[in-house]
Amino acid sequence: MIAVPVSLERTHDRIGRVLRGLRTYPMLTAGLLLIVLVLLVSLIGPLFVPREGVQVGSAPPDQRPSREYLLGTDTVGRQILAIIIYGTPLTLQIGLIAGAIGLGVGMVFGFVAGYYGGALDHLFRGAADVFLTVPGLLILVVIATTFKGAVSVMTQALVVSALAWMYPTRTIRSQVLSMRERGYVQLAKLSGMSGPEIIVRELMPNLLPYLAASFVSAVSAAILASIGLEALGLGPQNEPTLGMTIYWSLYYTSVLRNLWWWWAPPIVMIVIIFVGLFLISAGLDQVANPRLRRAA
Amino acid sequence: MPLGYLLRRLAVFLLIVWVAATVNFFIPRLSGADPVRERLLQMAAVGGTGTGTVEEVIKSYQAKFGLDKPLWQQYLSYLWDMVRFDFGVSITRFPNSVSGMILDALPWTLVLVTVATLMAFAIGSLFGALVAWPRAPRFIHVLAPPLLTLSAIPYYLLGLILVYFLAFTWRLFPLGGGYRVGSEPSWSWAFIQDAAYHSILPALSIILSGVGFWALSMRGMMITTQGEDYVTFAEAKGLRPRRIFLRYALRNAILPQTTALALALGHVVSGAVLVEIVFGYPGVGNLLYQAIRTFDYPIIYGVTFMVIVAIGLATLILDLLLPVLDPRITYQRS
Repeated sequence: MIAVPVSLERTHDRIGRVLRGLRTYPMLTAGLLLIVLVLLVSLIGPLFVPREGVQVGSAPPDQRPSREYLLGTDTVGRQILAIIIYGTPLTLQIGLIAGAIGLGVGMVFGFVAGYYGGALDHLFRGAADVFLTVPGLLILVVIATTFKGAVSVMTQALVVSALAWMYPTRTIRSQVLSMRERGYVQLAKLSGMSGPEIIVRELMPNLLPYLAASFVSAVSAAILASIGLEALGLGPQNEPTLGMTIYWSLYYTSVLRNLWWWWAPPIVMIVIIFVGLFLISAGLDQVANPRLRRAA
Repeated sequence: MPLGYLLRRLAVFLLIVWVAATVNFFIPRLSGADPVRERLLQMAAVGGTGTGTVEEVIKSYQAKFGLDKPLWQQYLSYLWDMVRFDFGVSITRFPNSVSGMILDALPWTLVLVTVATLMAFAIGSLFGALVAWPRAPRFIHVLAPPLLTLSAIPYYLLGLILVYFLAFTWRLFPLGGGYRVGSEPSWSWAFIQDAAYHSILPALSIILSGVGFWALSMRGMMITTQGEDYVTFAEAKGLRPRRIFLRYALRNAILPQTTALALALGHVVSGAVLVEIVFGYPGVGNLLYQAIRTFDYPIIYGVTFMVIVAIGLATLILDLLLPVLDPRITYQRS
């Protein structure tokens, strides 16, 4: 028998564990695959498709998909394939930034409200509840029309993040509430740990899968809000994000003019992103909550 | 119903109304400039034939908002206007009042959203309950994955796909609008029929995309109720499966679902606003879209306020009904 070097054996072990993990959580695996697929399009695409394609007038207008223009062109002469390749990462970027801000604010509010309770709990939970019942899109419209003009991808992300904190606040708060009375938290309190220390060193590590799941749903919600705003025309006018592509295709009545190659690709991309993110967050829920594994 | 619960719930409603009005007042002022005023000045600068009316608008606007007064006085008078649904006049369609335009559009949205949401809720809940039910027919399990995928598509994008196939390619339904071009809205049977025909596709896009969402949460609820002792007991007693499904499991699972409905209303309406744009449906969503395109701020703020108040009212009614429907819900603070 040939002796396998220890380090190699360990690597094999690790890979094996990851593979087993992926098999235990098929939803998580499928979701990750879809998102990796989307990322690959925006990573490998630029190697073959030049950026000039997203510029107005870079190609003849209203071309059907052909060998030269693989996904055709729109009414102002942009190439749809280039728009998808260079626009998708922008949409993901908006979602990631807004989702991260939403989760950050939600974590502060949720941990403080859940751990300290009392007046702070009333304040933060009340605010989250009130803003959850309000149709977010309309508030975002008021914000976006106020700061109209040259909106960049970054501004768009900040606008969307204004309403990305409520859901994380609620879910984190309820989780903290159920952990607050556990033995190890009591013990940490007795041993003289301060509140913030308990939150960071005792509560957060135990909630990691939950935090990951709420981050993914926050990103998904932020992307939904962002393409909704963009479909109303309130987005980065000069950037080819997926939502702006939908807006222009509606603006130039692409459906009635049978330019299906204009509106269908961004919709396909958006659906893949949403299904992927949904599967990842459902999969992470299974990791966090073993009872769901049986039900799946 | 205890008075305390009623008062607390009313207070939350008033809080929502106050937040809506305050957001509308302060966010535009955060930017430093008053967008309405800027827009009016811009229109005046473009001038041309409309200058006379622009000056009239500016006059009515300044008289109304008292721009020379201190901020807190402006705020108080603004709140008072909001409470009376006085949103001023449209900038681009002067002298039409904003509240009048909203009142014309609101019934279209209300009927569309209410009917479509209730149908999606009912179909989705029943479907989700069946998915979780071990004895359900096989086709239910075949249908589940595509329906869940549909729920990942925003309403309006699904609407776009439906228009392409059902209206543009196969010409089964009208391409858009709320009624036949040339007909006048009235309460005649012919008009209602026509309006219903035009609303099928917008409603279908809300329903198809919503069914998966409700099915998913109902499935979770049903799995919980099925594990309950009373279901096991009912099975042990030898009750018919249909009776156990309807009277024991479904009945107990549907009530928390209703709470979820109250929470999701804002989300649903946001989606419906965008559906109206895809279909050119004559509701508040389309009114808002036109206002955004022409920067008609009084309409934007008016629509925002009215829709938030409408949703607040709907949640209030649902919340007051829930304890009546479900004796397990207590009025006490948890």
